[in-house]
Amino acid sequence: MSIAEDGGPVIHPELDAEEAQRARTERILKIARWTLPSLVMVLTILAWHLYVTLWEIPHYILPGPGLVAQKMVEDWDLLWPAMLKTGRLTILALLLAVMGGVGLAVAFTQSKWAEMSFFPYAVILQVTPVVAVAPLIQIYVENAFVAALLCAWIVAFFPILSNTTIGLKSADHNLSDLFTIYGATKWQRLRYLSAPSALPFFLGGLKIAGGLALIGAVVAEFVIGRAGTGLGLASTLLEASYRFNFGRLYAALILISVMGVAIFALMSTISYLALYRWHESALKRE
Amino acid sequence: MAKERKALGQRDPVLTMSHVEKTFRGNIVALKDMNLDVNEGDFISLLGPSGCGKSTALRLIASLMQPTSGGIRWAGGQSNDDLGVVFQEPTLMPWARVAENVWLPFRLRGKSYGEVKDDVLEALKLVGLEKFQRAFPRELSGGMKMRVSIARALVTKPRLILMDEPFAALDEITRHKLNNDLLELRERVGCTVIFVTHSVFESVFLSDRIVVMAARPGRVIRELEVDAPYPRGEEFRTSAEYAAYCRQASEALHEAMGEPA
Repeated sequence: MSIAEDGGPVIHPELDAEEAQRARTERILKIARWTLPSLVMVLTILAWHLYVTLWEIPHYILPGPGLVAQKMVEDWDLLWPAMLKTGRLTILALLLAVMGGVGLAVAFTQSKWAEMSFFPYAVILQVTPVVAVAPLIQIYVENAFVAALLCAWIVAFFPILSNTTIGLKSADHNLSDLFTIYGATKWQRLRYLSAPSALPFFLGGLKIAGGLALIGAVVAEFVIGRAGTGLGLASTLLEASYRFNFGRLYAALILISVMGVAIFALMSTISYLALYRWHESALKRE
Repeated sequence: MAKERKALGQRDPVLTMSHVEKTFRGNIVALKDMNLDVNEGDFISLLGPSGCGKSTALRLIASLMQPTSGGIRWAGGQSNDDLGVVFQEPTLMPWARVAENVWLPFRLRGKSYGEVKDDVLEALKLVGLEKFQRAFPRELSGGMKMRVSIARALVTKPRLILMDEPFAALDEITRHKLNNDLLELRERVGCTVIFVTHSVFESVFLSDRIVVMAARPGRVIRELEVDAPYPRGEEFRTSAEYAAYCRQASEALHEAMGEPA
């Protein structure tokens, strides 16, 4: 993409043999990128179906793909609201994780004292398995939704905190000197230098946190939903397993996966849109 | 717009360094007893091997560090308007367009883009990049990035521009071209420059004063005047006069390195 100082190279209309070969390979790869995984999926479902029908596996051991699809349609009125609930929990936990993680990261980089005092506790919060803490949270926090939110938040906020902290510290030293020479205030330095430098790091953390927020939400529902406060997809999944309703269990499982993929795709899109103009990670090589 | 440049020896002072010393960790002398008068319109090269304290001197002048002893005095007091800096790397903000990068010194003084747009475009025009104001740094070649960096240093019309080996990372041809352009620029805006380099040829071609420095401890060992008229171009580069000055500077540099010429 570099612009030559005096005009670019002359472009010939016809490609030479090597370039034509490369273009052909690229076209094939482009198609294969979609067709190959689709083919794998179709074959897997087919194998699954054949296995269940030929060996006459009972549906309470492994339901066939047909039954799962049927349950997906039949129980949609139950699955869809559950999915919305889990989705809301996940998104809210992620938003709070972004606010908490970025807020703490800014506080840590503005004040060494704050970082020295509190960073170890952020690590402790992160390394303590949420499954172990969730029952306690359930005891102390009365509202099941708030308790679940807290669980999901604990899991999701750390990658944002740690990535953003590194990012805020990674500004170019010479640029930083330049800001000093021009007498920049702390706020100007944060806004015009540290924040843009931290953006790629933050977005990397966001991608991880998106997936973790969903995991946190599912874990929270498993633990807290058990108390009879039916929450979302994970509670539905657990309940279905108690009733040997394996068709519904698989349908719920598939929907959780779909949500995970959707969140990842959303975060990747946000990341791409924010960085594609300038950051190495988002640039196509020529 | 260029001010008439007075002859060497008759120029008004900008900055005086007297007996400046800088010591690191109590015993490493980075700079020993440096005295330097910078006058309006000077183009001064600090020439020396690595470790001779030339970058330390620049950082002291830029107030990025404080001298261990001695003083740096600005004629008429210092403010943020007094300095422009160009580093060895272009040091542009990759997320900002070319014009935004050049706007930075003004922006940090609370000036909106609208207020200073004319100055930004004029600075870009001076370095021949007015057509690239909307480009991102990654779309530019190494030489063009350096020009943006120079435009950013010029944009506030500072009393003094510090350049820390700005062309050292560029290829010879680009470097040659930028040296010519820098002198042409200086004729047009009449800026005062302190230029750090370890190239004898570059220092002779550009400067009217060369301060030769030696390492361990970093110190000034000689000051040369290059008494050749500006504008200087290719004919100067091929003249006997230029060759003679290069020899003088080389000899001084060899002396600085502790070797016979």
